[in-house]
Amino acid sequence: MDRKIRVLIAKPGLDGHDRGAKIIARALRDAGMEVIYTGLRQTPEMIASAVLQEDVDVVGLSILSGAHMTLVPRVLDLMKANGQGETPVFVGGIIPEEDAAQLAALGVKAVYGPGTATTRVIDDVMNFVSQA
Amino acid sequence: MNLEEKAASGDRLSIARLLTMIESGTPRGLDALDVLYSKSGRAHLIGITGPSGSGKSTLVNRLALELAGKPSDDLNVAIIAIDPTSPFSGGALLGDRVRMRDLADRPDIFIRSMATRGALGGLARTASEAAMLLDAVGFPYILIETVGAGQSEVDIARLAHTTVVIEAPGLGDDVQAGKAGILEIADILVVNKSDKPDADAAAHSLAAMLEIGEELRTGYSTKPRWKTPILMASALNGEGITELADVIRSHRSFLDESGEWKKRGEARVRELFERLLREKLFNDWTAKINQDDYEAVIDRISKREISPRKALADYLKS
Repeated sequence: MDRKIRVLIAKPGLDGHDRGAKIIARALRDAGMEVIYTGLRQTPEMIASAVLQEDVDVVGLSILSGAHMTLVPRVLDLMKANGQGETPVFVGGIIPEEDAAQLAALGVKAVYGPGTATTRVIDDVMNFVSQA
Repeated sequence: MNLEEKAASGDRLSIARLLTMIESGTPRGLDALDVLYSKSGRAHLIGITGPSGSGKSTLVNRLALELAGKPSDDLNVAIIAIDPTSPFSGGALLGDRVRMRDLADRPDIFIRSMATRGALGGLARTASEAAMLLDAVGFPYILIETVGAGQSEVDIARLAHTTVVIEAPGLGDDVQAGKAGILEIADILVVNKSDKPDADAAAHSLAAMLEIGEELRTGYSTKPRWKTPILMASALNGEGITELADVIRSHRSFLDESGEWKKRGEARVRELFERLLREKLFNDWTAKINQDDYEAVIDRISKREISPRKALADYLKS
């Protein structure tokens, strides 16, 4: 048996800064995971559909546009409607503390700001999977 | 309804879950294939292969739309997009979806990314089983995009009914094209990026290479033959895609009429069965042996005390 951790890294919204998303994708790959990278400017619908088809273990959303309070709940709702409400989601970006608390209340597993060590993200993802 | 029934009725999540189980080799996933196998055998498996940078994903993006027709709730096209597993970490970056944006909101098109997981022929280790599942649940077209392939990644030709090889101008001279492997497996050859100035020259040298191959083959074959067409396309601008879809359909008619469809299907089944047999025998055997004895043999071979072939003969005798 060969169970690999599969992670989807997506960039919802309109900002074009994907360096952070690419660094995380690469770090998770180097940690032995299979990372599906969907590219820039994804709508929540496109992301939820990719999560569904790829049946990933964990979803990472990178948002630097400031629109996280509209985009993240929308992705979570669509995932729930698809029967994937239990799939862990983390968010990376510039997220104010009170927003982070609200996202956590909605079920987001972790919020990472700029400068987060990639080792921490890797450890967390492994933990999300082993808890699931 | 169980997972198999739900998948067969078109439930996307059940299809996705079964694919994960099959890819991981879980007993549950393999059992599902046993149940669903009788429904397979109808889909047209189309391989898309070619060197890195030739535009495979972009072409698959356009071709899938062309084959699917109007958006609907049916299962129209499935895509298996394969990228390599890193030999160092065992991880993989699967990025083909980046160029398949136009398909992301189509419920009738299903994209699955797979990593090679150690397979060397340009396919994922369980690509054949994944295709079998997608076939069984009812997709009429299954596009299989290989890893960037050069001269020896030719496994796709054994899996697909129709193999489309994509080349692009500026990726190599005509001697590269003549080294073969990948050109020989082409049922259809596409020169992509036809908007580039040297596209015609590339098509010309490929045509010359194909002609040499044709002449050398005609001597010992009397069967009805498919002559590999060369198409010009610009996947980025959507040019030549309708023509490609037409030629893919006429290749299918050729396969049906010439009996090749059945023959290729049988060859695939044989190959799959032989692979399962090899894996089963090897696994059963490794479970039985004494690991220390085994290591001792490897040690003797690596010290050059005995040749690998002689060591094997002795080892199987003992």
